[in-house]
Order: sequence, then structure tokens, then C-alpha cells
Amino acid sequence: MSTDAIKTQGNTLTFSAIPAGEGLRKALAMPRVDIIDMVRDSKLKGRGGAGFPTGIKWNFAAAEKRTPKYVMCNADEGEPGTFKDRLILSEYADLVMEGMTIGGRAIGASLGLIYLRAEYAYLRKHLEDTIKRRKAENLLGQNICGVEGFNFNIMVAMGAGAYVCGEETALIESLEGFRGEPRNRPPFPVVSGFLNRPSVVNNVETLAWVPCIMVNGVDWFKSIGTNNSTGHKLFSVSGDCEKPGVYEFPFGITVADLLKEVGGSDAKAVQIGGASGRCVPKKDFERRLAFEDVPTGGSVIVIGPGRDMLDLAHNIMDFFVDESCGQCTPCRVGNDKLLKGVEMLKAGTCSDEYLDELKGLANTMQVASKCGLGQSSSVALLSIIEHFGDEIHGR
Amino acid sequence: MADNTCLPRRRAPLSQLFQPDLPRETPVADAIGATIGVTIDGMETKVPLGTTILEAAKSMGVRIPTLCHHPDLEVAGICRICVVEVEGQKTLQAACAYPITAPVRIKTYSKAVRIARRHVLDLLLSEHCGDCYSCIRNGICELQQLAEEYGVDGFRFGHVEEPVAIDDSSFSIVRDMNKCIRCRRCVRTSIDVQEVGVLEAMNRSNKVEISTFMQKPLGNEICINCGQCINRCPTAALYANPALDQVWKALDDPNKHVVIQTAPSPRAAMGECFGLAPGTSVTYQMNTGLKRMGFDHVFDTNFTADLTIIEEGTELVLRLYKALVEGETSVALPQFTSCSPGWVKYCEHFYPEFIPNLSTAKSPQQMFGALIKTFYADKLGLDPKNIVSVALMPCSAKKFECNRPEMVDSGYQDVDFGLTTRELGKMFHQAGLDVPTMPKSDFDDPFGGATGSGLIFGATGGVMESALRTVIELVTGRKVESIFEQGDIIPVRGFEGVRYVEVKIPDVGPVPDILKHLVPNWDWLKGATLKVAVAHGTANAKKVMEDIKHGGKFSHCHFIEFMACPGGCLGGGGQPIPTSKEIRAARAKAIYSEDHELDIRKSYENPAVVKVYEEFLTDGPCGHKSHELLHTHYVARGKHIE
Ligand SMILES: Cc1cc2nc3c(=O)[nH]c(=O)nc-3n(C[C@H](O)[C@H](O)[C@H](O)COP(=O)(O)O)c2cc1C
Ligand code: SF4
Ligand code: SF4
Ligand code: SF4
Ligand code: FES
Repeated sequence: MSTDAIKTQGNTLTFSAIPAGEGLRKALAMPRVDIIDMVRDSKLKGRGGAGFPTGIKWNFAAAEKRTPKYVMCNADEGEPGTFKDRLILSEYADLVMEGMTIGGRAIGASLGLIYLRAEYAYLRKHLEDTIKRRKAENLLGQNICGVEGFNFNIMVAMGAGAYVCGEETALIESLEGFRGEPRNRPPFPVVSGFLNRPSVVNNVETLAWVPCIMVNGVDWFKSIGTNNSTGHKLFSVSGDCEKPGVYEFPFGITVADLLKEVGGSDAKAVQIGGASGRCVPKKDFERRLAFEDVPTGGSVIVIGPGRDMLDLAHNIMDFFVDESCGQCTPCRVGNDKLLKGVEMLKAGTCSDEYLDELKGLANTMQVASKCGLGQSSSVALLSIIEHFGDEIHGR
Repeated sequence: MADNTCLPRRRAPLSQLFQPDLPRETPVADAIGATIGVTIDGMETKVPLGTTILEAAKSMGVRIPTLCHHPDLEVAGICRICVVEVEGQKTLQAACAYPITAPVRIKTYSKAVRIARRHVLDLLLSEHCGDCYSCIRNGICELQQLAEEYGVDGFRFGHVEEPVAIDDSSFSIVRDMNKCIRCRRCVRTSIDVQEVGVLEAMNRSNKVEISTFMQKPLGNEICINCGQCINRCPTAALYANPALDQVWKALDDPNKHVVIQTAPSPRAAMGECFGLAPGTSVTYQMNTGLKRMGFDHVFDTNFTADLTIIEEGTELVLRLYKALVEGETSVALPQFTSCSPGWVKYCEHFYPEFIPNLSTAKSPQQMFGALIKTFYADKLGLDPKNIVSVALMPCSAKKFECNRPEMVDSGYQDVDFGLTTRELGKMFHQAGLDVPTMPKSDFDDPFGGATGSGLIFGATGGVMESALRTVIELVTGRKVESIFEQGDIIPVRGFEGVRYVEVKIPDVGPVPDILKHLVPNWDWLKGATLKVAVAHGTANAKKVMEDIKHGGKFSHCHFIEFMACPGGCLGGGGQPIPTSKEIRAARAKAIYSEDHELDIRKSYENPAVVKVYEEFLTDGPCGHKSHELLHTHYVARGKHIE
């Protein structure tokens, strides 16, 4: 275990009750299709933000005939306000690796790669020690758990320092030694990923839930959360609240309930899903955190009553102007125009007509950008313009 | 998928570590034969699985605008001008990058699409600094054309007023980043097509720039000057370093005797500057145009192409004789051609240890330059100081080549200016000369007209074919037509990246007079197999060079033709824009059919060549005089950047 300043707050994580090795042994006792069926039936959805059903993703990769295949753990955790993967990696690395190993078994891969955020370099040794230990325990390596012919290894690769490298295809480019820039999709990584071979990319947390599902069963997982968003979710809570930290809540929790738990009830807004998520105003605090309502990769930034919403918008747009990979026109040039627009709003020099132009541009960026970054960089700004009109007009 | 069979694909260096044989293509190509139904703007069709939306639309006559897409290059999907609506998708999709693998319904000009395209153009123009009317690409700019089509009437999101400095440090290529739209066509050309990696995207987001290594001036880079990036740039961000003002100045000067030599490839392409279909030859009309423009004499570079064959062929024979008969082990074989200055500089940078393999024969352009200011000046009683020697070339590297400091064997700069096909096209326009409608006229003496051999230098494989035609006849004493039908040596032709050919020499004849002082007989070649190879595009050259380095089959070749540009000179960096495989093929066809129409098709039969050896280069091929004027040396440059 690695010591980390990030702590859970208030509640104990389900992960702490799952012993290393048990989920993997259960999975290895099953035929491969049953593993995928279990993951699919649990309705586990990706915890990295996009919420793609993990079982379906694995099934696509399993159906591909070309080999070798790869399992990648996306540990780039770059979304502002997200730090739950860091906690999982430092305290429950075994579960993450177990999820990767089970994934390898399910799709027929024999190599897993952990793409570790450059700033998390201090975790590298811990992860490599864990790999070593699991090899010694025959939980990794050759004929794992005595299953003849099932070989699976894990390597840690260091991230190259850009937010966009968390996007799964940019992550793959980066792993291959190129500029971290998103690829065209289709083909999706499950068909043609790392080295053009079928590859499953999953978030750290997604992978950690897999052994839990193996141990506690599909029904247990489905009994938590909502119909469309099953299970628990880890939230990284920061900002203007009394008890920031990592929390585990079932999907479907309302913003208001979450704020109560973290001591942030006087917030005027909450930025959900990091910089690329939307800003939920107080009047909408009864909305639920779930894929069908307010989706999130787990970042919750509490905005206290004293905050200037244009400062928030400025901060977010500034982030994207830094972080766009600069490939595609709408995102490369568009974010800068939006940032300049926010600066004009702050200075009181943005006409209503120009604000409309910028809203139109933001819509184009959302539909015409090449990857999720450009498609979501203006989400926060548009929601702030929508909900805080009074605050931004007439300065 | 882009039809770029003659061009290599981008390599993944790491992938070689893991799996050396993995290609980077998308796997959809696996299922050959299957077809899928698509509906585009309400019209239905069937396309092969994996066809992109762009190609499917094109096959139905629906035009989708593109900027970052180029038929020679890998798909990028980054400009986003080609976005279309695909039913069932939340976002618009890039038509150039979307392979059709299931039935789809597509709208190519819906409101959302039109708005998005206009936004893309507005954003591109907001970073653009320049005025179309003072721009070298005015009228042939892809950005300008789309701005016009989509009704751009102002700069909605601002406009850059302060230009950045233009880099004109290279003799061959100017970089004006004020006009760059970051489409990265040049990057993909430099990395994938040519594998020189001179240009690469630098920085992120709105700070992305297309940069040379360490932002050094291009003239200091390991740039080979091929100009392939120019041919694929949609705007005026890259262009050949212009010489047209200096040429006009020379023409305007009554004290100057201005001559021009014209290479074979521009003739097959000049018509494109006048709206003719690619592959329409205007050789003899162009001669008339050049005379009217004021050139004192118009010469055919084919003359020195033939001379090159004699010199280079003799050099090869000598190398082989030394190695095979005299048993000298230091002889560098295979011998490499040296007529492509892009290839020469590539070799100097990337394979300096192979410089001894390069033929010391100058390129036809430079041989001509040396002869014009000596032989020709003597003959006409002109002071070489007053001669301005211009070369019309399909090539941007020729501008660098004529400025190489060693190219002064006549006592003056042998060739003063290299003009590209595009530049001369512009000069014709400026002079109001409508070349296609001009009467025909011939090349001027004393160098005379073309032989087919010189002509086919313009196409990849052409030098090899010319060399073989001459060598076969000189060695066997038989007509090449008795071995290859119509004298066409088909195996060395074509657009595959690399070709390897073996030619048997069944019997030998007497040594012809011109070579008698060099070899006593041909007996040592009896029954030999001549192994030759042809490569075009430096990425393909690299494959051959790596094979040679590792002792592969190409290391056993005797002679290898290398051309820096895909397709050979006809695809050169000075040729009219656009370029594509089809356009290059059409130009090649024009060249080969003109070869057929000529009476003399072998270099050694060229009467002007025979005469020059009789009158001037009297100690024969590779003799003292020819060494002085027609041969050169090279610089081991390596990859050091100043
Ligand atoms: C700009 C951008 C950044 C991303 N960063 C991350 C990240 O840091 N970690 C992550 O797990 N997913 C990230 N994603 C989502 C991944 O592309 C991908 O959807 C995810 O790793 C899939 O795993 P999951 O299905 O388990 O969520 C990012 C996406 C985008 C567009
Ligand atoms: S949307 Fe932005 S981050 Fe994504 S490919 Fe385009 S420029 Fe790069
Ligand atoms: S590059 Fe094109 S758009 Fe730009 S100034 Fe030149 S012609 Fe006009
Ligand atoms: S220089 Fe030309 S080809 Fe290269 S990115 Fe700029 S516009 Fe595109
Ligand atoms: S032409 Fe398709 S994205 Fe540029």
C-alpha cells in the first residue's frame, strides 16, 4: 500500500471488503463467455466519463479474431477535480489488476498496460511491486491460478503529461510513441487499438469493480444505484465544502444529498464531471447523478456563494485552450475564441450579437470536433451562460 | 481508403519493437468483396465495405469539400470541413475519415453541416494573415475557393494583421506560415511519403505550428528540397523559391544572351497550367512560346540526358570491369544514379557512407549548364559572362542544385536559374502567351531534338530503361527490339515503389569504337545477369538502402535508379498543383507515347551526342574533359543541423 494524502471521507469503500485473488479465482472457474455475460448483466458502465457498457465493450473485443489483443488501464486521470483513481491505485491496486486480468481472460489478451498519469510517477514503484507480488502469488504470469495456458502480464507505462492523453485513442497513440492526439473513430480500439490490434481501454475504477461483481454477484451490483446506472460510484469532491475527499455513493444520488454529506449545502452551483462537465445551478440540485440525468466521471466541484461564475468559466476555458491537442480546427481555434469571449464578458465588452455568435460556434465545436475534448469543452460555459445570465450580462 | 499503393504508409516505430510486421491499415480492408448500401442525400448506392463516405459520395457525383484530405496521404480527419450528418450519430462525422461498415443514411448539406463548415472556414481565416490578390496561390488556393463557395463575407472571429517572418532561407522552398491552415498535409508528406521528417506539428492547441526541427531555417535543415510538400499544400504556405523576376530581368537586358533548356516532364504538365487535361503534351508549342518570350535559344535537356546515359553507363561498365575482371575490391557497387538532386541530397544526409556508390556523372541540367558556357559559347563566339542559362524543371531541388558551390566548372555558375513548370506557366500568362494554341517549333541547334531515351527520364524507371537500351545494344551488338518488344523495357516501368529486374546478357558483340580505349572486349559479360532496381520516393529509397545495408538482394544489384519524387520527375515538386496518382499516370502516359513517336530512341544514337564527343569531348566518355565538365563530387552531410 502506498501512502497518499488523498483520503476517503465519511464512508468506507466497498473495495476494502474484497480480498485480492478471490474475484479472479471465481472468474477463472467460469467459461469466458460467462465472464462477459456477468459483466454485461451487471450493467456496469465505464467510470471514465463516457459511460459505455463495459460488458458490450469486452464482447466486441472478444469477437475480434485478430491477435494479440490488449487490455489497457486508463490511469491518466487528468480531468480537473478528479482524484479517485489515484486513491484506488494507491490502496486497491490489486483489484484494478484483477479487473485487467479478468478482462484479459474474457477477451483473450495476454498483456495489460497501465497508462499512468505523469504526475502519478510516485505510484509507479508501488504498482510494479504489486505486479511482482502478484506474479509470485501466481495471480499474474504463466498458467495463472493453475489454469493451463492462461498467461497474462501487466506493464506500467508513463503518461506523457497532456490531459488529452486520457482520451483512449490519444492514449494509444501516446503509448505507441507518437504525439498524444486522438485518432479517427471508427475503427474503435476494440477493433483496432494498440498496435492496430483489438484493445480494451477501461478506467481504473471500472476495472476495480469487476472483481467485486465476481465476488458479490450480479444481483448485488444491480441492487445498487438506478436501473440505468447500476452500482456504486466514487466521487472526487472538492471546492467550497467542509469535507473534500473521495466518497462512495450509489448512482442516482441527488446533488442536494451529496452536498449535505460533504458539507456544501450553501453552494450556488456545482460543476459536475470536471472541466468538461456541466455546471448545475442551485435550482437543479434535485437532479440525480446518473448517466440518464447528470452524467459524471466522478468529479464534483462545489461552487460557494461568493464565487464569480465568469471566473469559473474563465478558468475552464483557459484550461481547454491549454489542453486541446490542436489537431482539429473547431477545438484548436474555437476554444481560444470562447476564452476571448469570456474575457470580453468580464470586461463588459461582449455584445449580445457576438455572444450569440459564440454560442453558435460552441454548438459547432460540440458536433464537429474530432474527439470528446472539443465536443465537451464548451459544455460548462454554455450552462453558465444559460443559468447565470444575470451574473454575466451588464458588467 | 486512399488509393496510395505507390506510396508507403506511416510506420509505428514502437510497433516494430513488439510486432515487426504490423501494418497500420484499418482492419475493415480484411473483408474483401462485401458491399454495403448507403443513402446519400436521398440517393441510394452500394459501396465496398470500408469505403469512406467521401469516396462513396464522389462515386455518386456528390462533392464534399476537403482541406486536410489528400489522395496520396493517410487520412487525418482534422480540418473538419468535410463533416456530414450520419443518421443515428449525435455528432457530425468527417466524411474523409469515416469508413462505411454498415448501412448508413447520410446528409451532406443539411443546415447543421453548412453552419459547421462555415464555422470551420471562419476559424481558419481568423488565423490567416494575407490578402488573396497579392498571394502566389491566388486562383489555385483550396481555402480561397471554399471561402468563396461558402460565402465568407468578413472575419466573424477576427483576423491576424501582423505577419510572422517568412522563411526563405532555402534555395528551393519558401515557408510562409501566415498562410498555413495546419492541415498537416506537408507533415504527412514529409514523414510518410518521403520519410525525411523535416516538418512536424509543434505545440498544442492554438499554438500549434508546423515547424522544422528546433525551428531552424529550412535552408539549414536536412531537407532534400524535393518540394513534395509544396505540391500537397492547399494554400500558399509553401512554395518554390521564385526565380521568375530574375529571369524576366535577364530577358529584358539586351546585353544578355538568354538560353533555356527544358526538361522532359514539364512538357507533359504545362498544359495543366492552361486548363488542359493532365497528360496533354505541349512540347513544340512551348518552344514557340519561349522564343516569343525572348529566349535566344531553346534547348532540349534530353540532349544531356542522353549524355548522362553515356557517361553514367560508361562509369558503370568501368566499375564492373574493375570489380569483375581486375578484381579490385574497393569498387563501390551497386552504382546509384545521380540525376535527381533530391535523391542526391537524401543520400548525402541519410546514407553518407554510400556516397562512393553515387555516379559521379552530373545531372542532365548541370551537364547542360557546363556545356552551354563552354562548348556552345565557343561555337557561337559568345562571352560566357553574358550568357544567362535558365533551366525549366519539374523540380524545386534543381534550384538548390544549380546553386551548389561546386557547380561552376565552366568558370561561371553553370546554370543561373531553375524555373519550375508552375513559374514558367505564370510567365506565359504574364506575357499573354496562350501556349496550347501556339504553332509548333523545334528545339535549337547545336543540341537538337529529343531521343526517346532522354524523354523517358521524366518517369520513374526511365533512366534505367534508357541505360539498358544503350548498354544492351553496345554490349550485345543486337537491337534491343530483338529482346524487348518495340524496345519497351516494361519490367522497369510502373508505379510500384520498388522494382527489381534481372536482364540476361546471352551473347556479346564487338566493343564499339567509343569505348574501345576503356575495355578490350565484352567476354567477361557473356552469360552474365545484370541486376538492376528502381525506386521512387525517398521512403522507397530508404527501403532499398536499408536492404543494401543489411546485405539483402539489392546489395547484389549492379545499378539502381533512385528518384526522390513519387512517380519520378513527372511528379516533381515544381509541377502544376494538384497532384494525384491519376494525374501522375496521365503525365507518364504522355511521356511514353511521345517516346514511341520519335525516330531515335537510344542515347548513343543521338547525332548531337555523337558530335559533341567528336568535336569537344574528344577523349571520350569518362575521359579527362568530360570529368572536368560533366562529373562532380558530393558532400557527406549527415544529419547534423547547423
Ligand atoms: C479529453 C478526454 C480525456 C479523458 N481522460 C480520461 C481519463 O483521464 N481517465 C479515464 O479513465 N478516461 C478518460 N477519458 C475517457 C476515455 O476516452 C475512455 O472513454 C475511458 O477510458 C473508457 O473507460 P471506461 O469505459 O471504463 O470509462 C477521457 C476522454 C476525453 C475525451
Ligand atoms: S477536439 Fe480538440 S483535443 Fe480532440 S482532436 Fe480536436 S483538437 Fe484535439
Ligand atoms: S493562401 Fe489562399 S486564402 Fe490565403 S491569401 Fe493566399 S490565396 Fe488567399
Ligand atoms: S504548410 Fe501547407 S500543407 Fe503544411 S499544414 Fe500548413 S497549409 Fe497544410
Ligand atoms: S477533409 Fe475531412 S477532416 Fe479534413
